[in-house]
Amino acid sequence: MKELVEFIAKSIVDEPEAVHVNQVEGEKSIILELSVADNDMGKVIGKRGRIANAIRTVVKAAATKEGKKVIVDIQ
Amino acid sequence: MDNTSIVKKAKTVDEAVEKALKELGITKEKAEIKVIDEGNRGLLGLIGGKDAVVEVSKKFNPIEEGKKFLEKLFTKANLDVEVEVVEEKTDDEQVLYNLKSPKELGLVIGHRGETLDALQYISSIVINKEMMEYYRILLDAEGYRDRRKETLERLARKMADRAVQKGRKVVLEPMPPHERRIIHMELKDNSRVKSYSEGKEPFRKVMIEPIKE
Repeated sequence: MKELVEFIAKSIVDEPEAVHVNQVEGEKSIILELSVADNDMGKVIGKRGRIANAIRTVVKAAATKEGKKVIVDIQ
Repeated sequence: MDNTSIVKKAKTVDEAVEKALKELGITKEKAEIKVIDEGNRGLLGLIGGKDAVVEVSKKFNPIEEGKKFLEKLFTKANLDVEVEVVEEKTDDEQVLYNLKSPKELGLVIGHRGETLDALQYISSIVINKEMMEYYRILLDAEGYRDRRKETLERLARKMADRAVQKGRKVVLEPMPPHERRIIHMELKDNSRVKSYSEGKEPFRKVMIEPIKE
């Protein structure tokens, strides 16, 4: 799941080397903390959060298969 | 995206290009060729000749790159999905990919197509980052778009009847813009009702109101 978020974010941004995802395992859910270069913040969030929501939707589909709850948090 | 590009030297431009293409493993149609130095043969092709220098790079092909992107995404998501280019719906302005999966098509489509839409949106951003002109990316999953369109058209007619019968407006569930458009299109020639949308995305809803005589 971490790799998926990393892959999508790196494909969208201008500075892929600045993309980092930190995985925090909770009891029932996994939190993926995504950080990107300051200049790329808008790229992963999008107008009214549209891109961030699209990323969350795709990750949710993958997580459903694994039977997990995944939260994508953009830092 | 892999922007492979190499510089080659040879006696003639054609030879240099050929060498470069061979090394990149592509045909001329898929390459961008820049001649850096035309070179010259020198006297009788023996003395004082200068090699030709060319730079050859792979042309960005949105159809191939989009397919690669989606395939990689599904691998990372651990979903068993095949990506197929629908040639009849693909040209210089757009590409349609059909997604196939023996077991996970439902996951790829998502609730009311929300995952399919999200995948379509993300691929469009990734590919258009590399394009000078906008290139439209469309995703379908084994005819889902058409089936959904028919369902929405049926719903539109049913709800229009209900609005007329009850003599008051009927409010539909929130829908994304392209789905609301299908409803409005279906009802645009219906003289008994008018349809419009209200509310903010992503909760914007279609309203169907009877026209009072």
